[in-house]
Amino acid sequence: MSNSKLARRFVIAVPNIWLILFFMIPFLVVLKISLAEPRIAIPPYSPLWEWVNGEIKFNINFENYAYMWEDTLYINAYLSSIKIAAISTLLTLLIGYPMAHYIARSPEPKRSILLLLVILPFWTSFLLRVYAWIGILKTKGILNAVLLWAGIIDEPLIIMQTDIAVYIGIVYTYLPFLILPLYANLVKLDDTLLEASRDLGASRISSFFRITLPLSMPGIIAGCMLVFIPVLGEYVIPALLGGPDTLMIGKVLWTEYFGNRDWPVASAVAIVMLIIMLIPIMVLRRAQSKGAEI
Amino acid sequence: MAEELSACERRPWVEATETPFVRIKGITKMFGDLAAVDDVSLDIYRGELFCLLGGSGCGKSTLLRMLAGFETPTAGTIEIDGQDMAGVAANLRPTNMMFQSYALFPHMSVEKNVAYGLLREGVPKPEAMQRTADMLSMVKLDGFANRKPHQLSGGQQQRVALARSLIKQPKLLLLDEPLGALDKKLREETQFELIRIQEDLGVTFIVVTHDQEEAMTLSTRIGVMDAGKIVQVGEPREIYETPNSKYVADFIGSVNIFDGEVDVAAPDLMRVNTAEGAIVCEPMAGLTAKQKLHIAVRPERMQLSRTPIEAANTMRGMVMEVAYMGNLSVYRVQLPGGQCLKVTAANGLHDENPITWDEEVHIGWSAAASTVLVK
Repeated sequence: MSNSKLARRFVIAVPNIWLILFFMIPFLVVLKISLAEPRIAIPPYSPLWEWVNGEIKFNINFENYAYMWEDTLYINAYLSSIKIAAISTLLTLLIGYPMAHYIARSPEPKRSILLLLVILPFWTSFLLRVYAWIGILKTKGILNAVLLWAGIIDEPLIIMQTDIAVYIGIVYTYLPFLILPLYANLVKLDDTLLEASRDLGASRISSFFRITLPLSMPGIIAGCMLVFIPVLGEYVIPALLGGPDTLMIGKVLWTEYFGNRDWPVASAVAIVMLIIMLIPIMVLRRAQSKGAEI
Repeated sequence: MAEELSACERRPWVEATETPFVRIKGITKMFGDLAAVDDVSLDIYRGELFCLLGGSGCGKSTLLRMLAGFETPTAGTIEIDGQDMAGVAANLRPTNMMFQSYALFPHMSVEKNVAYGLLREGVPKPEAMQRTADMLSMVKLDGFANRKPHQLSGGQQQRVALARSLIKQPKLLLLDEPLGALDKKLREETQFELIRIQEDLGVTFIVVTHDQEEAMTLSTRIGVMDAGKIVQVGEPREIYETPNSKYVADFIGSVNIFDGEVDVAAPDLMRVNTAEGAIVCEPMAGLTAKQKLHIAVRPERMQLSRTPIEAANTMRGMVMEVAYMGNLSVYRVQLPGGQCLKVTAANGLHDENPITWDEEVHIGWSAAASTVLVK
C-alpha cells in the first residue's frame, strides 16, 4: 500500500473512529438500557444478560415503549415539542430570512461586519445569555421598566415562565444557525438572474417570489432543520424561561433520569426522540444533495 | 415585413431620411471619479444591427445596461422610439436583453424560461405556451421544452437565452457578447443564424462585442468605443478601409503602422518621412509639412516578391517568420529600420517554391493603400 493510500485511509478513519466512539457506542448503551427493567440498584436497571445456573439468560423487554403509549404524558410532550419547534422555526425564518437577504446583498466591507455581528453572541456562554433574558423579561425586568417608563403599558407584562418567553429565548438563540446557511446560499445568487427577471417585465416583488425564493430553498431547508432538530430536544431554554405548563420532551427526559431515576423509560423516550428527529434529518440531506445539483 | 427594405439596404444614416429609433444624447455614467461612459451621442435606426465594439472596460456594456435600465445615466438622455427613458424602470421598457452569461433561470425548464416574459405580462397561459412553442421551433429547440438549463449544451443555452429575450417581441433587443461563450465553429454558424432571425423579425439589435470579426460579420454599422467614448461610427467597410485614428485601425483587423512626419503635402503629391524611408500617400487636404502622423497599411494590401516590385512604395526586408493559415500565409518581415511588418499573401495551388524563412524579399504597395491617420 502506497503512502498516499495510507494517508487517505487515516483521514477517513479519524471521523469514523470519532463517530463510533462518541456516537455509536453511547447510542447502543442507551438502546440497551431502554430494553431493560428498572431496579433499585447501581446501575438502576437490569443487565442485558445474566448467568443463571450456568445458562445465559437475556433480559429484553419492550415494556418501557409500551408504557410510553399508555401514559399520555409522553405523547403530549412529543407533540408539544414538535409544536414549539415548528412555531419557533417559522418565527426564526420570518426574522432570519430578511436579515440573511440584507447581509448577502450588502457591499463587501459592510457585509463582513454584519456577519461578525451575527456570530458575535457565540463569544458569550449560551447559559449566560439565557440568564440575561431572565433579567430582561422578568416582571421587574428591563423590558417592563422601559415600557412602563415610556407609558406604553400601565401594568408590567407577565412574560417570564410562559411559552412566549420560551419562543423569545429559542428564536434569539437559534437565529444565527438559520442566518448562516441561508446567507451562504443567498450570497451565491447571481444578480443577473434578477436583472433578467426585471428585464422580462417582472416587478421587484414578483422577481423575489419567482427567482430568489425558489433558488434559496436549499438554504431555507438547511437553516430550518438546523433550528428545528436541536429545538426539538431543547432542555435549557424551557427549563429556565418556561413555566410549569411548558411541556417539552427534553424536560421529561431530565425528570425521568434524575427525578424518577427510571433509566429504562428515560432511554426509551430518548430513542423515540431520535427516531422522530431522523425524519427532518433525512429532509435536510435530500435538500442538500438537491442543492448541490443546481 | 417582406416588402420593406432592411436597414442595410435603406442605409438611413447616409442621408437623414428617417428619425432615429434610438437617440442617445450626451450620455455620461460616472462610477465614483471614473467616467465609464463619457458624453456619448449616438443615433440608431429601426431594423439596424448595431455593434458596440471595444476592448474590456471601454464602457460598451455600461452603455448597454443604461439602455436596458439597469444603470441610471449621470447625465444625458436616452430616447427609444420617441419616448424618453428617464425614470422608466427596466421592467417597463420596450427593450429586452440577452445576457452574456445567458442568465437562464436554473430552477425552471426551458419552456418556463422562455414563457416567463409573456406570463409576467399577463398573456393567457394557452397563448403564452403556443407562442413559446413557436419560438422554440424558430431557434430549433423543439423537443427540449422540458429540459433544465444545466442539461443543455452551451450552444443550446445560447438559443434558449435568445428565444427568451425575443418572446415579448421587443422593439429593441440588447445583446451582451451573445456569442462570447461559444467555440469558434459554433460562433460562426450562430452569427448567420442571428442575422437571419434579426432580418425575419425586423427587430433592432444592439450588440456589444469585443470581437472585431464578429462585429464585421454581423453589423449594419459599428460604433468603436475606447475609454468611455465613441471614437468612430460607420459601416464595417468604412471602419476597415478608412479608420479615423490609430486606435481604430489597430483594433479592427491587423495593420502595419508607421510613425512619421509630413515631408511634402502638395495637391499632387503627399509624402511622409518615416524611420523606414519615405512613404507616398494619396494627396489629402488640411495637412502641413512637419506634421506628425501615422500611416496604416493593411497586410493584405502589400505585395511580397523575390524580384523588385513596381509600386508607389517599395521596401526590402528579411522574412523572419511564416505562418501557414491554409488559404493564405502570414509573413513577418524585418525592415532595415527595425520595424517588423506583417504581410499576407494568398497561397496558390501547388506553389512549388514558396517564399520562406530568411529570404530577402521586396515589399510594395500603392499610394491608395497607405491610410493617413492624424490621431
